[in-house]
Amino acid sequence: MALAKRIIPCLDVDQGRVVKGVNFVGIRDAGDPVEIARRYNDQGADEITFLDITASHEGRETTVHMVEAIAEQVFIPLTVGGGIRELADIRRMLNAGADKVSINSAAVHNPELVQQASDKFGAQCIVVAIDAKQVGEHKWEIFTHGGRKPTGIDAVEWAQKMAQLGAGEILLTSMDRDGVKTGFDLGVTRAISDAVSIPVIASGGVGNLDHLVEGVQQGGADAVLAASIFHFGEYTVMQAKEHMAAAGIEMRLD
Amino acid sequence: MAVMSKRCAVIDYGMGNLHSAHGALQHVAPDTEVLVTRDPEQILSADHVVLPGVGAIRDCMAEMRAQGIDQVVEEVRRSKPLLGICVGLQSMLQHSAENGGVEGMGLFAGEVKFFAEQPEVQQQQLKVPHMGWNQVQQEAHPLWHGIADNSRFYFVHSYYVEAGDPQQVMGRCHYGVSFDAALAQDNVFAVQFHPEKSHNAGLALLKNFLAWDGQA
Repeated sequence: MALAKRIIPCLDVDQGRVVKGVNFVGIRDAGDPVEIARRYNDQGADEITFLDITASHEGRETTVHMVEAIAEQVFIPLTVGGGIRELADIRRMLNAGADKVSINSAAVHNPELVQQASDKFGAQCIVVAIDAKQVGEHKWEIFTHGGRKPTGIDAVEWAQKMAQLGAGEILLTSMDRDGVKTGFDLGVTRAISDAVSIPVIASGGVGNLDHLVEGVQQGGADAVLAASIFHFGEYTVMQAKEHMAAAGIEMRLD
Repeated sequence: MAVMSKRCAVIDYGMGNLHSAHGALQHVAPDTEVLVTRDPEQILSADHVVLPGVGAIRDCMAEMRAQGIDQVVEEVRRSKPLLGICVGLQSMLQHSAENGGVEGMGLFAGEVKFFAEQPEVQQQQLKVPHMGWNQVQQEAHPLWHGIADNSRFYFVHSYYVEAGDPQQVMGRCHYGVSFDAALAQDNVFAVQFHPEKSHNAGLALLKNFLAWDGQA
């Protein structure tokens, strides 16, 4: 009897529509987030994460309705990230049915937001997203604005600070690996996983199922997040879980 | 003559998001009227009652006492099926170590302890909170009907229940230490995990609850 490692499919949404191409056989309207969330749910996803890339304020209202619609039909944990700047944004997403929100740039600009959010809503629903880039041997730095803006902040120290302020979980994305499909940056995953006592989700770079295994076994991640390997029907979530289980990792297969 | 539909009250005392619990209950029982309410009259006239809870137990207990919810729960537990979820379960114990020590409602003997203070958890460097899908070893109870023993449920918590009376333990789980994931006494059933977030196994348990007459 042991806690299972988690697989978390991630979807980019813009004004309540899934973007960046999702291609399931048999679904005509590939951009419908409710349909896609339900599909991943049926495939055995342990959680689902939505990254809201909506630029406009009005568009974000649409995202709220999307979360409401999904929460009515999908009974696994839902995380919404992107554009979370203040407590009111968090409350809006939680009220819509999100179980967790992920705070990224806002945590860099205003670390107290993490503490306030954790005090107000509980650590269990506050995920801090960290975008890290390697800047030296065993050295990683936090970048914002989709990896364009360096901050001078050390990624491992930042993760520790976020955990102290009350983050319930760290979503760690390697900006060097994102979209490259050569596997997670295992160095930074291991360094942060060893440095904090809260769960770490590895993200960025998954190109095949062995990468998921490495993220857990070598990176020490508690959960692995992936997008494109699932979106294009290369693998189902259950195939990924069976692969990880065959490698000796505890997974939820029922 | 119209058939009166059954009603289920989800107690809202201002602690967190009840959207999921409401949605999942409504999903498994479309004919049941599921209300999210803090009105004692509505709670006491419902057929089934759910006591959820998230966040810090000190705040949960303070809100419950300020709004008289503890008195309502005391009445409910003598009269109809009651399901506690997460901090809802923890609030039913005598005492919690969280927030420097908090007295609970005492429906169950036992206490609530902190994972991070347990030597086994420290030695194995386990992450706290205990977050994710873990297996629950069942003891025979109608609420497990149709759910395979050792099925996984979704947990997220830093404090865990150690029951005082082993007879009341209906589910056990392990995370560094063994802890009690489900307790029951008469018409009360309470779980540490989130059935509303536990996919098919969780939905089955909620369905069983709404079909339950409170008899073991």
